[in-house]
Amino acid sequence: MKVVVCVKQVPDTKGGVKFKPDGTLDRAAMLAIMNPDDKSALEAALKLKDEFGAEVTVLTMGLPKAEAVLREAFAMGADKGILVTDRVLGGADTWATSQTIAGALRNLEYDLILTGRQAIDGDTAQVGPQISQHLGIPLISYCEDMQVDPEAKTVTVKRQYDDGYHIVRAKLPALVTCLSELNTPRYMTPGGIFDAFQKEVTVWGRNDLKDVLDENIGKVGSPTLIAKASDKVAKGKGVQVKPESPEEAADYILNVLDEKHVI
Amino acid sequence: MDFQLDQAHEMARSLFRDFAETEVKPLAIEVDEEERFPRETVDKMAKNGFMGIPIPKEYGGQGCDVLTYVMAVEELAKVCGTTSVVLSAHSSLCMDPILTFGTEEQKQKYLPELASGRKLGAFGLTEPGAGTDAQGVQTKAVLSEDGTYWTLNGSKCFITNGKEADVYIIIAYTDIVEDARGRKSKKFTAFIVDKDTPGFTFGTKENKMGIRGSSTYELIFQDAKIPAENQLGQRGKGFPIAMHTLDGGRIGIAAQALGLAEGAFQRTLDYVKERKQFGRALAKFQNTQFQLANLATEIEAAQLLVYKAACAKQEARSDVKKRFSVEAAKAKLFAAETAMDVTTKCVQLMGGYGYIREYEVERMMRDAKITEIYEGTSEVQRMVISGSLLK
Repeated sequence: MKVVVCVKQVPDTKGGVKFKPDGTLDRAAMLAIMNPDDKSALEAALKLKDEFGAEVTVLTMGLPKAEAVLREAFAMGADKGILVTDRVLGGADTWATSQTIAGALRNLEYDLILTGRQAIDGDTAQVGPQISQHLGIPLISYCEDMQVDPEAKTVTVKRQYDDGYHIVRAKLPALVTCLSELNTPRYMTPGGIFDAFQKEVTVWGRNDLKDVLDENIGKVGSPTLIAKASDKVAKGKGVQVKPESPEEAADYILNVLDEKHVI
Repeated sequence: MDFQLDQAHEMARSLFRDFAETEVKPLAIEVDEEERFPRETVDKMAKNGFMGIPIPKEYGGQGCDVLTYVMAVEELAKVCGTTSVVLSAHSSLCMDPILTFGTEEQKQKYLPELASGRKLGAFGLTEPGAGTDAQGVQTKAVLSEDGTYWTLNGSKCFITNGKEADVYIIIAYTDIVEDARGRKSKKFTAFIVDKDTPGFTFGTKENKMGIRGSSTYELIFQDAKIPAENQLGQRGKGFPIAMHTLDGGRIGIAAQALGLAEGAFQRTLDYVKERKQFGRALAKFQNTQFQLANLATEIEAAQLLVYKAACAKQEARSDVKKRFSVEAAKAKLFAAETAMDVTTKCVQLMGGYGYIREYEVERMMRDAKITEIYEGTSEVQRMVISGSLLK
C-alpha cells in the first residue's frame, strides 16, 4: 500500500500573529510548524505503515525552507519526502496550489492520499478537495476516524458533520481530508531526527509537474486575490447578569436572541 | 569554534521542549507534593526513545551523541527536576558503564532492555559510612570457590531510581591489598545486579527537600548471589569504573542544574513583566534589570561549560585515552552553583509569589540544592579541578 500525505508549513500562531505593512502575513517573523491537521493526516498514514507496512511519502509545496516539515515527517517515520518549489509557483491561491500538487501527484503511485482539513494560515479547506477533483478520484472530507481494508481496497471514514457524522466508504485510490480529532500525532524520536537529516529530499520544480498548464499555476493562475488580511478582532467583554430564577434567566436569553433576530 | 547548534540538534531540542511542556510540566507540582515517582512519564519517554538517547543503535538505542542526551536532561529539568534525574541516573550511571566497560554479552543482554526503557537503571556507590571517601565502603563481595558466583553483603544509601529500577550497578570491595610500607587498602569491583536477585531488598525511602518524586532508597544485600558473568570490568578496577561513571554522571547533573536555572529564570522573566508596583512593571526597575542581566549571563556561561563537557565526553567515546573529568567537574560546579543562585534570586524577585508552591520557582530552588551535593559535592568538584592544576 502506498500512501501520500500532503502537508503544509504554516506560521506558528502560538507566538502571536505578525503582519507586514501591506496586510499580508510576515512569515519570516514567525516560527514555522507543520500544519496541525496535516500532522494528523501524517499520523494516520504512519499508523497504516505500522499496521500494513504502507510506504509513506510526504509531499509539500512551498519555499525551500519548507524542507523542515519533510525532515520532521522523516523523524516521525515517513519514508520519502518531496518538496515542490519554484519561483513561478509563488503567490498561488487554492486553485493554483491544488493544480500544482495534483501535477506532482500524477508522477506518483498511490492508493490513498491524505491531507489535513485546512491550514491554520488560510483556513479555506479547499486544496484537498480540489486535488481529488483534478485527479478524478473519490473524496471524503472531515475524517475523524478511518479504516482501510487493503484486501477489498476500500477506505471507510467517519465523516464529521454539523449535527452528527456520516460513515462513508470509498474505493481506493481516494483522497481523505483529516481533522486534528482523528488522532494524537506521535513525537519524533531523537535518533529519527538525526537519520532524517541524512535522508534525501526529492526537489521538484515547474518542469517536473505533469499535465499542468502555465495558466493554472502561480500568481497568474490564481483567480482569487487577498484584498486585506487582519488579526482577529478581540471579542468585547460579555454581559453578566444575575437572574433570580432559572425562568428569569431563560426569559432574559430569549429576549436577547429575539432582539438580535437569532430566533 | 562554532557556537551554533546544527539543524538536527535544534530539532532535537524542540522535540524535548515540546515533550517536556506537554507531558511533564502538567505533573510537576503533583509529583513533588505527593512524592510520586512519575512512572507514566517514564513509560512515555520509553515509547519515544528518550531512555536510550546516547546508546548505539546496535544495542537498541537512538544512536545520538552526548550533547543530544544532555539537552534532553536540560529541557526536562526546566519543568521538572525529578523527571530529569530519573533519565540522568538511568543513562549516565547505569547504561554508560555497561556500554563502556561491559563485555559484548553484557551489552547484548542489558542495553536493549535499558535503552528501550523496558527496564530502568540505577547505580550504588554511597553507603552510610562512605560517600566522597570511597575507602569507607563496607559492602563486600566474595567469589565462590568454584568461581561461578559472588556473594554480596552490605548496604547502599541515597540510591536514585532506588526501588523503581530493575538493573543496578553496584560497587563492592573484593580484595584488600598491602603496599610496600604495609598500608592496607581496599580494592573494588563493579557488578551488574538484577532486581530479582535473592538476598537483595530495599530499606527506607528517603523523605527529601527536593527532587521529591525521585525514588531514593536504601539497598540492602544479605548473601545476595551475583553470577560471575555479572562482574563489570576487571576485578579490582571498580574504583576507576565508578569514577569514570561519575564523571559522565556529573555532566547529566550539570545539565539538570542548568535546566532548573533556566526554568526558574523564564518564569521570573514572565512575572516581572506582569507584576506592577508603584504603577509600573517590576521589569521597569533597575534593580530587576541588573539582576536579570546577571542571571542571564550566569546561565549562558553555565550552558557553555555543560555543552563543552558533553562534547569532551563525546570525544572520549572514540578515544579512550581522552579524559573529561576536569571538564565535567567544572561544568557541574558552575552549573550547580548557578542553579542555586538563580533559583534563590528568582524566588526573591517574585517576592511573596515566589514563596508559593503554585508558582513553582520555590520547588526549583529546593530541587537545585541537591545538584551541589550528589554525584560529588561542589567541594569534590573543586578537589578534582585543583588536583588537575597542581599535579
